[in-house]
Amino acid sequence: MTWINDLPILTIMLAVPLLFAVAILCLPAGSKNAPRWLALAGGGFLFLLSTIVFFVFDKSTPGYQFVDTFNWLPALGISYRVGVDGISAPMVFLTGIVLLSGIVVSWKIEDRPREFFSYILFLGVSVAGVFSSLDVFQLFFFLEIAVFPKYLMIVMWGWPQKKEYGGMKLTLYLFLGSMLALAGILAVVSKAGINSFDITQLLGVKLDVGVQKLWFPFVFIGFAILGGLFPFYNWAPDGHVAAPTAVSMLLAGVEMKVGVFAALRLGIRLMPEGAKFWAPLIIVLATINIVYGAFLALVQKDFKYIIGFSSVSHMGFVLLGFASLNADGLLGAGMQMFSHGVMTALFFAIVGMVYDRTHTRDLEQLGGMSRKMPLAALGFIVAGLVSMGMPGFSGFVSEFPIFMGTWQAAPVAAIVAVIGVVITAAYILRTIGNVFFGAFPAEKLGEVSDIPWRDKVIVIGLSIILIAMGIFPSLIAPVIEQGTSSVLALLGGM
Amino acid sequence: MNWLIDNILLVVLFLPTLGALILLCLPGSKSRLLLWTALGISLIPLAFTVVMLLRFNYSAEGYQFMADYQWYAAIQSSLKLGVDGISLPMVLLTTLLTPLAVLASFKISQNLKAYLILFLLLETGSLGVFVSLDLLMFFVFWEVGLVPMYFLINQWGGENRNYASLKFILFTMTGSLGLLLATQLIGVVSGTYDLVQVVAKWNALDQPLFGIPIATVKTIAFWAFAIAFAVKVPIWPFHTWLPDAHTEAPTAGSMILAGVLLKLGAYGFLRFVLPFFPEQSAHFAGALAILATLAIVLGAFGAYGQKDFKRLVAYSSINHMGMVVLAIAAAAAAAGTPDAASAVNGSVLLMFSHGVAAAGMFFLVGVIYDQTHTRDLTRLGGFWQKTPVYGGILIFTSMAALGLPGLSGFVSEFLIVSGSLPVFTVLTAVAMLGLLFTGLYTLKAIRDVLHGPFNVEWAGHLNDISKRETAVMVPLMLFMIGLGIWPRLLLDIINAAVKHIF
Repeated sequence: MTWINDLPILTIMLAVPLLFAVAILCLPAGSKNAPRWLALAGGGFLFLLSTIVFFVFDKSTPGYQFVDTFNWLPALGISYRVGVDGISAPMVFLTGIVLLSGIVVSWKIEDRPREFFSYILFLGVSVAGVFSSLDVFQLFFFLEIAVFPKYLMIVMWGWPQKKEYGGMKLTLYLFLGSMLALAGILAVVSKAGINSFDITQLLGVKLDVGVQKLWFPFVFIGFAILGGLFPFYNWAPDGHVAAPTAVSMLLAGVEMKVGVFAALRLGIRLMPEGAKFWAPLIIVLATINIVYGAFLALVQKDFKYIIGFSSVSHMGFVLLGFASLNADGLLGAGMQMFSHGVMTALFFAIVGMVYDRTHTRDLEQLGGMSRKMPLAALGFIVAGLVSMGMPGFSGFVSEFPIFMGTWQAAPVAAIVAVIGVVITAAYILRTIGNVFFGAFPAEKLGEVSDIPWRDKVIVIGLSIILIAMGIFPSLIAPVIEQGTSSVLALLGGM
Repeated sequence: MNWLIDNILLVVLFLPTLGALILLCLPGSKSRLLLWTALGISLIPLAFTVVMLLRFNYSAEGYQFMADYQWYAAIQSSLKLGVDGISLPMVLLTTLLTPLAVLASFKISQNLKAYLILFLLLETGSLGVFVSLDLLMFFVFWEVGLVPMYFLINQWGGENRNYASLKFILFTMTGSLGLLLATQLIGVVSGTYDLVQVVAKWNALDQPLFGIPIATVKTIAFWAFAIAFAVKVPIWPFHTWLPDAHTEAPTAGSMILAGVLLKLGAYGFLRFVLPFFPEQSAHFAGALAILATLAIVLGAFGAYGQKDFKRLVAYSSINHMGMVVLAIAAAAAAAGTPDAASAVNGSVLLMFSHGVAAAGMFFLVGVIYDQTHTRDLTRLGGFWQKTPVYGGILIFTSMAALGLPGLSGFVSEFLIVSGSLPVFTVLTAVAMLGLLFTGLYTLKAIRDVLHGPFNVEWAGHLNDISKRETAVMVPLMLFMIGLGIWPRLLLDIINAAVKHIF
C-alpha cells in the first residue's frame, strides 16, 4: 500500500470537505436537498479517508506518518505541516465517524439547512486539522477556527431556553483555556530558541527544567479546560445541552478530545519534566472529575444533562491516564478517548431522537420508549454499558489500563476513582429504566414514531464499533501503543 | 475433528454466543422456531461437555483441554482456557441447566427473542468464569453475566422487578469493586494475569508495597476478593439481594441464578482466594466459618418463616450454600490435611447437587405459579390429590435438597461434615442443628402445598404436571438419584483435582 503513503492523504482529507463546505454556502438560499447531500458527500469523504489513515497506519514504524509539509511563513518558522502518530490516527478516525454520524442524524433539519450543513463540515475539518497538525501555530489556527461554527450552531439551532447562555458560556471558557495555553506555548517556543513552530523540531529541544515547571500548568490546564477538567468543567454540560444534536455529538465526541489531545501533545510531550512535577495535582483534579462528575450526573433530571455530566466524569479517566505518565495509563487514555468519543456520540444521537419525538427530556415525563423505538433503546443500553465500564464493551478495555496505570502512580487515586464506576452504574440504569422501560405515558407524549432507517444505520454502526473494540481491544491498542511509546521515551523510559 | 478437540473449550464457551447471534437474525414472531433453535443450540455445549468428561485424564495434574488465544497483549492478558476436576463439574452444571431453562420457558410470550438471547449470553458469561485461566478474563466473564440476569429480572420479572433487579446488580457490582481493584493490583504487581504465574509470583512477594507491609496489602486484597465472592454466594450478611432477586425473577431465571450463578462465588473462593492467599485464608477461616454457620442457621430460620413458596426456596439456597462455604473455610484452616480434602470434595459435590436440586425446586414453584398465579403458601394446599405426579416429583426433589441418604445431597453433606467437624467442632455441630431446621422448612413447604385442605379456589383449573414440564425434571432427578447411589460419577473427577491442590 505504499502508493497510499505517497499521497498527501491528510491534506486531501482536510481540503476536499472544506471545499464542500464552501460550495454549500454558495448554494441559493432556501435549497433543502442539495446542502444535505453535499454535506453527506463531504463528511463521507472525510470518514473514508480517516478510515484509510487508521487502517493503513503502520504500527511497527515509530514516528509520524503520512507527513506532508509546505513552507508557509518561513521567516517566522511557521509552516503547514500535517502527520499522524498512533495517538492521533484513532482520533482522526473518530472525527470521521462522529462527523458522518452527526450529518446523517441531522438529515431532516428544516431551519436554514444550507448554513447548518456548511458549518458542521467546517467544524469537522477544523477538528481533524487539530489532530493532524504538526505545527504549533497551525494547531492553534484550527483550534480557534472551530470556535466560530461551534458558537454559531449553538445559538442558531440550539435549545431555545439555553442556547444564548450555553453558547456564550462555552465560548468564553474555551477562549480562557486556549488563551492560557497560547501564552504558555508561546513562552515555550521562545525559550526553545529555534525560531520554529514545528512540533517535531521542538521535541528535540531539551527545555530547562525550571521553564518546564513554570509553563507546563498554563499549557496543560489551558487545554484541559477544553476537556472539562475540574473545576473548569461547567461549560461542558451547559454547552452540550444547549447545542443541537449533531453539535452535541461533535462537542462531546471529539471537541473534548481535542483539548486533552493538545494537552498531551504540547503539554506532556514538550515539557515532560513539568509533567512529572505537576502530575500529582492533575491526578487529584482528574479523580475529582470522575467521582464528582458521576455524582452530578446522578442527581440530574434532564436526560441530556445526565449525558453531559457523564462526559465530565469520563474525561476524568483520560486525564487520570495521562497524569499516571506510564505505559498502561497512557494506553488506557488513548483507548478511552476513542471509546468515549463513539459512546457519547451515540448517547447524544439517541437523546436527540427521543427529544425530537417527545419534546421533553425530563426523566419524570418519559417512559416506555423501548416499545416505540426498540433499536434506539438497544443503542442506548449499549452506550450505557460502555459508560458503566462493563466488560465486553469498549469502556472496560479503556478504563482497566487506566486503573492499572494509576495503581503504579497513585494507588489511592485508583481506589477513590473506582467509586465513580458504581455511581455511573446507578445513573445509567436509572436513566435506562426511566426513559426506555416502564409504562409509556401516551396521554402526555401522544404518538411517537420509530426512528427512520438512516438513524438505525448510525445506531447499529456506532454500537458495533463499541462492541468490537470491547471484544477485540487489540484492533486498536497496538496503534495507540505506537504513539505512547514515543511519549514514554520522552518521559525517560518509565 | 482434531481442531475441535484442541479448541473444545473455546467452542463450548462461545457456541451460546453464536446461538444468540443466530437467534438475533430469526423473525421475532415465530416463537416455536426460536424456542427449538435455542434448545437445539444449547444442547451442543452439553454434548461437548460430555465428550470432555469422557476424555478427561483422571491421573494428570493441573488443567486439561488448555488453549491460549491472543486478546489484549498490551496489558499482558490473553484468553487462556482450561478445566480441572473442580471446574469441569461446574461446566457440566451450566451446560445442563441452560437447555432445561430454555425448556422451562415455553410459556414466555413477551419478547421471547430477547429473552432467549439473554439466556444464551448468560451461559457464555457463566462458563467463562469456570474455564478462564486468566485473572482478567475471569473478571470480564464475572461481570458480563450480570447484564443478562439484570435484564431478565428487570423485563420478565414480577411486580417488584425494578427494585429487585437494581438491588441485584448494585449489590454485585459494589461487591465486585474490591475484586476489580485487587485484580488490577495483582496484575500490576505480577506483570501478568496468567493464573498459574500469578499464584507463583504473588505468593513469592515479600517486600513492602507502596510503603505498606506486604502482609497488610495481602490481607486487604484477601478481603476484597472474599467480599466479592461472599456477596455472590451469598454469605450472611451479604445475602439480602438474593430473596428479592429470586422472588421477582422469571422461573428459568431463578433456575440459573440458584443453579449456576451462586456457584460462581463459591468457585471463586476455591480457585482464587485459597491459592492466592493461603496464609490469610487460614488466618480468617474462623471468621468465614462463623458467617457460614450463621448463613446455615439463619437461612433455615428465614426459610421457615416465609409465606411465599419461592422466597422459602430462595432462603433454602442461603442455607445450603452456607454448607459449601463452611467446607471451604475448613479446607482453608486445615490446608494439606485429609480433612481439607474431604471438605473440598464435599463442597464441590454439594455445589453440583444443590445446583441440580435448587433448579428443580424453583422450576416446581414455577409450575404451580403458572396455574394459580400465587405463591402464597397459605392459599395453596391439598394439591397431592389433584396433582399426584407433581406431588411425587416435589417430594423427591425436596428430599434430594434436604440430604436424604440415597439422593445426591446426602453424600456431599456427609463429606463436608466429616471434613469440617475436626476443624471447627462447635461450629459444625451448630450447623448440624441448622440442618434440623432444613428438614423443618422442607416439610413445612411440602405440607403447605401438598397436604391439608384443598383450596376450592383452584377447583377445576388445576392440572397435573405436563409432559414438557416433566421433561425438565427428569434429567435433574436422574442426577439426584444417580449421584446419590453412585457419587463416584463426579467425585472421582473432583478428587482428581482436590488431591493435587488441597
